[in-house]
Amino acid sequence: MTSGASQFTEIEQDALAELANMGVSRAVSSLRQMVGQEVILSVPSVRVMSRQAASSLVERSGAKKLVGVQQSFEGPFKGKALLIFPETQSLELVRSIVGDQHSLEDIIDLEHEALAETGNIILNGCLATIANVLKHTMRMSLPSVIRGDGDTLFEVDGEGAGEQFVLFLYIDFSIKNRDIHGFIALLMDLPSIAALKTIVHTFIGDLEKQAVGHVG
Amino acid sequence: MQLRVLAVDDSKLARMVIANAFRRLRPEWTLLEATSAEEALTAVAAGTVDLALVDFNMPGTDGLELVANIRKTHPEMPIALVSANAQNEIIQRARDLNAGFITKPLTDEALAAYLTGAALRLKGSGR
Repeated sequence: MTSGASQFTEIEQDALAELANMGVSRAVSSLRQMVGQEVILSVPSVRVMSRQAASSLVERSGAKKLVGVQQSFEGPFKGKALLIFPETQSLELVRSIVGDQHSLEDIIDLEHEALAETGNIILNGCLATIANVLKHTMRMSLPSVIRGDGDTLFEVDGEGAGEQFVLFLYIDFSIKNRDIHGFIALLMDLPSIAALKTIVHTFIGDLEKQAVGHVG
Repeated sequence: MQLRVLAVDDSKLARMVIANAFRRLRPEWTLLEATSAEEALTAVAAGTVDLALVDFNMPGTDGLELVANIRKTHPEMPIALVSANAQNEIIQRARDLNAGFITKPLTDEALAAYLTGAALRLKGSGR
């Protein structure tokens, strides 16, 4: 962990996990419509960790080669959202969306577009829920598909690029009856983590005030 | 009619949201909280619960497993699964267990509608 402002209290960490859970749960309801199979989610985890640790975590599934769909978001805090899975499963995901009747050639042709669209639906759905609950607006970039190891996926551009720590908020998912599993991660640098902490703190404070108001 | 409601959620934030909604909607009812399936089963076994609101995605025993467990002893207790995960399979499993489904983020309208229906069912069953 790092010092000062980026340390989350237990209730702030709880709030972030619950927000992530709501965002991702709503988003996978859309994914379920696309793939026609139930999507199974893990309990979310929120941690401030080094980029290195985050990258080892997603590589732990045994696949060093990963494919990610990323979208940058910007608002009161900024960062990037990633949908990540092992590269070997990318075609299987596309097949699960477009149907098994297509030839391998067709699937390869469709891969990039299908990945970008899947990422767009899931990541937008997830961030929109978080932004709505926190009552803030967030702008999202268009999705881009990136390939590489964990380090490549977790590179952060801009001011915070030199920071060693990121907020890693992740949930892993798998698709029933398909050999597909992956992660959804939100990455933020330290200035954004501090901004998010302030917003979450205010959000919890408002809930507490409502509670006190009703008692009195 | 004053009812005793059990809110089961591992997230403190989620329990705060439910508690605030109850203070607005049904301030006269008693709200109990449980942070896990195990705590929930203890409260249900103690006979202090009329109605339960159960989060789906919890560490250890998930919400649907918990509902199935409660059903063994309380086949008629009004229970709703509360989740943002509105996949057909999950809603169907809740239905199969004779439980309702309320979507997160929780709104007063959705909760009020569920509670009104549940209170009527309990009244009808003579509680």
